Amino acid sequence: MQAFTLTRPADTKSAIAAASRPDSAYIAGGTDLLQLTKDHVETPRQLVDLEPLALSRIHATGARLRLEPLARMSDVAAHPAVLRDWPVLSQALLASASPQIRNMGTMGGNLLQRTRCGYFRDTGFACNKRVPGSGCPAINGENRMHAILGVSDRCIATYPGDMAVALNVLDADIELTGQPGVRKVPIGDFHREPGDTPHIETVLQPGELITGIDIPSPARRSHYLKVRDRASFEFALVSAAVALDIEDGTIRAARVAAGGVGTKPWRLAQVEAALTGKSPDAATLKAAADQAAAGAKPAKSNGFKIVLLKRTVLRALQTVSA
Amino acid sequence: MPMIGKPIDRTDGRLKVTGAARYAAEFRLPGVVHGVLVQSTIAAGSIAGFDLSEAEAMPGVLTIITPDNAGKLQHPEHVQQTVPGPLLQNKDILFNGQHIAVVIAGTLEQAEAAAAAVRVRYFNAEAATSMDALLSQAYPPKHFRNGARPPDSSRGDPDGTFNSGAVKLDLTYITPIEHHNAMEPHATLAAWNGDKLTVWTATQGISGAQATLAGQFGIDKSDVRIICPYLGGGFGSKGNTWPPATLAALAARTVKRPVKLVLSRAQMYTSNGYRPRTVQKIKLSSDIDGRLISVRHDGFSSMSQPALGEFSEPVALATEMLYACPDLAVTHRLVALNAPLPTYMRAPGEASGVFALESAMDEMAAALKMDPIKFRLQNYAETDPHENKPFASKALRACYEQGAQAFGWDKRSAEPRSMRDGNTLIGWGFATSTYPTNRQPAAVRVRMDRAGNVTVQSGTQDIGTGTYTVMTQVASDALGIPVQRIRFELGDSSLPPAPVSGGSQTVASVGPSVQAACAALIEKIKDMALSGGGWRGQSREALQIRDGLVVGADRRVPIGALVEKSGHPFIEVEVQTKPGEEKQRFSMHAFGAQFAEVRIDQDLGEIRVSRFVGAFDAGRVLNAKTASSQLIGGITYGIGMALLEETLVDGETGRVVNANVAEYLMPVNADIPDIQTIIVPNDDTTSNPLGAKGIGELPMVGVAAAIANAVYHATGVRVRKVPIRIEDILV
Repeated sequence: MQAFTLTRPADTKSAIAAASRPDSAYIAGGTDLLQLTKDHVETPRQLVDLEPLALSRIHATGARLRLEPLARMSDVAAHPAVLRDWPVLSQALLASASPQIRNMGTMGGNLLQRTRCGYFRDTGFACNKRVPGSGCPAINGENRMHAILGVSDRCIATYPGDMAVALNVLDADIELTGQPGVRKVPIGDFHREPGDTPHIETVLQPGELITGIDIPSPARRSHYLKVRDRASFEFALVSAAVALDIEDGTIRAARVAAGGVGTKPWRLAQVEAALTGKSPDAATLKAAADQAAAGAKPAKSNGFKIVLLKRTVLRALQTVSA
Repeated sequence: MPMIGKPIDRTDGRLKVTGAARYAAEFRLPGVVHGVLVQSTIAAGSIAGFDLSEAEAMPGVLTIITPDNAGKLQHPEHVQQTVPGPLLQNKDILFNGQHIAVVIAGTLEQAEAAAAAVRVRYFNAEAATSMDALLSQAYPPKHFRNGARPPDSSRGDPDGTFNSGAVKLDLTYITPIEHHNAMEPHATLAAWNGDKLTVWTATQGISGAQATLAGQFGIDKSDVRIICPYLGGGFGSKGNTWPPATLAALAARTVKRPVKLVLSRAQMYTSNGYRPRTVQKIKLSSDIDGRLISVRHDGFSSMSQPALGEFSEPVALATEMLYACPDLAVTHRLVALNAPLPTYMRAPGEASGVFALESAMDEMAAALKMDPIKFRLQNYAETDPHENKPFASKALRACYEQGAQAFGWDKRSAEPRSMRDGNTLIGWGFATSTYPTNRQPAAVRVRMDRAGNVTVQSGTQDIGTGTYTVMTQVASDALGIPVQRIRFELGDSSLPPAPVSGGSQTVASVGPSVQAACAALIEKIKDMALSGGGWRGQSREALQIRDGLVVGADRRVPIGALVEKSGHPFIEVEVQTKPGEEKQRFSMHAFGAQFAEVRIDQDLGEIRVSRFVGAFDAGRVLNAKTASSQLIGGITYGIGMALLEETLVDGETGRVVNANVAEYLMPVNADIPDIQTIIVPNDDTTSNPLGAKGIGELPMVGVAAAIANAVYHATGVRVRKVPIRIEDILV
């Protein structure tokens, strides 16, 4: 680890001012950042500690949910309102990491968790995400865990998280506060596909801070399904988040997203289109799930994710519509 | 009531759970500084040069040792557990992740930061990274089993008789590179006092470490002291004296201060061996009644470049002796890669080899439409069919029976995909386990003080298995005094020498010596009683030693009083025992039967082990609790092998891609079901006076095959490699 200074700001404004300086990073739970700094993947000179800001509340007011950035994964997962009105969120959180890490990990930090690509996390390899222009050995390398959707010829690293996949079907807005002021970004626009600039992973500007996650309405008929080799404490091979609005035997609205398969949390618009306005019968669900891997570009070792994604989406749809 | 066998708590349990047990990295010395290894980022070529200017200028840096300035080391010949490099003695690069420099600084953080700032220029050469591409260039090992036997053997004419079988199988199985991933990282604290070296290091073999370091530094063995009171797991990775221990001592000599060198988790993937990848070709031929006609087992294992030493995975040794088949041949071959030197890993040979053999046996049973256990029994070896010797003991039939009964095997429906629970396919699989019973010479000292307390000492190790505890129990029975009055000391090379804790041999080697030393102490006590203890002229037979007393017909005297009367602070004896000619007369092995139930989501392919039963003929059990823990641990290790563990090596660069325990998957609690372990009583005093066979490795052997066979039973898909992945069974 490279030596760094630790700044403990008094308020949000001074935090943003401090973090706007070069070679700075925010630290919240530290569960990912400390791994990255110990491995010299990130070498910040200054860490700005968000703990003093105490932005850790969970507001469930009527139909809306607001999560502050330092709310702990374990606290959100266990919150009665979340369990009742947003089960997909609680399930996604509980499928993440381990209890100890969920006790430390925060909402904001979780959104910004970086890929588990082994080439990215070892400075002994080339990596376009870590050192732009150095190359991507994963494309022809060990890529079983890598993405099949949203890939580019520069990067196929998978977005690793679960929570952001759930937030995608809850139409969450991410509130960002920077020196120019406050703005809201829909979760679907928050993470970026790698394209030619895989080192730029989100729309965050230097110093900009996640100050809230807003979820506009309940999604009681929602579900998160995660498929993995190990029964716990592993990133998804494939996951599916589903929220359906079914009235009078008709799917009024369908929101479906996938994890473990995309370079960012992947919204499955074609699946949603195939569901909307239909009756949630077996044939409809199957036909919709078959659209899940539209546009997939598998590499040498991850082609199985195409089949697995369709089946995972189908199972999640069946669970929610049952 | 004998103490041997009782499930007493570990004598060191409280020390461990309170953190008071001190491990290598936790020792402290005044003036200690820290060494951090720098490792190569190419797999083949040589070092063109270093740029150390930035690193050397960083805070706290004392020096940086590279091949340009490293002190010369000797290579001790014929010292077990010695590996020749990499020790910064030349600039050749033979694998990715090779040690190329040691940065020494005042604090660990300073050394780590400076290590990251070392710049290296290389001359790149083409690296050999694909075992499959080089299989045709495989070669026979030169020192198979340290030269104890040739790599190939045969009986009868397996190739000639193969075609006469009613059912013939010709199959290839693959096992991956696996890493031990002991919880405790490899760590060394080295300190010189003149030409005398003291080393606190995480090792399974203090005697080997002592001999290796003495040889490398050209000093007398008596000038090297190795201390290792506790080990946080080794599983074979701490058997050899790997270069980081030597480099710590070299660094300490260079800076003339004590140096602590602890490997990072990532460095443990290229610094201390691994289970090599194997490709195993098995040919089985059977008659229509399920009698094996011909067996061939050709094993290939991946290797480093030969300059780094040699290790050959002995995959087919169990195949030689496990089943009665008249015509059989086995071979072992190596494929040299630009990779680190592989090494022993829990059940070396058997873990990989029995996966292949017992998968093939299951395939044959299925082809014959015969129950898998019945097929094994049809070929049951009453005597060792390869060495034509009787087994010292063999209770495998009882393992089959008791394991099958506990598991409910008779309720298994034979057809694949015939057992299900909703979306979940259920499979039951079975495999045989076996592992050799090993023993080596070991010396033990027993000392009794005036208070009647006993200290038993041996330069053996407790690698987490319970040596402290079980040896205390052995001494308690042999001396007739309670365990509370006995202290067992180990892990110090100044103690009487004992062998490496590998090959499941510690109990069978040290235990008989504890018994013999205690018996000798009793005779010495009787000598004292008869000479000056008030029983002069009486018969030795009339004296008994029990409960810390010398008991004669007329009266009883505390042993401690005799010690006091002798004028010495204590009395002591030292005894060495060693194996006799039983090895020539008998074939000595432990056995077991493994039963797995898997549950598999038929659409999503997630495989979970839902039930496991293992029944073992492990000889005499010294402590029912530590034994059970070890059996459960071994089965857990096998579940990891079957479904999770695999080191991924980048084909282009030869560099490990998942050198961490987040991406190198090992089982977590959620993966491990209720495991039932059964010990089939079988005191095997033919193999050694204690009657123990060793249980460190046995319980993981056959687990992967039992699970692979269960996966086949559940799905109808035969997977001939581990780990078995979701994509292997998506149909």
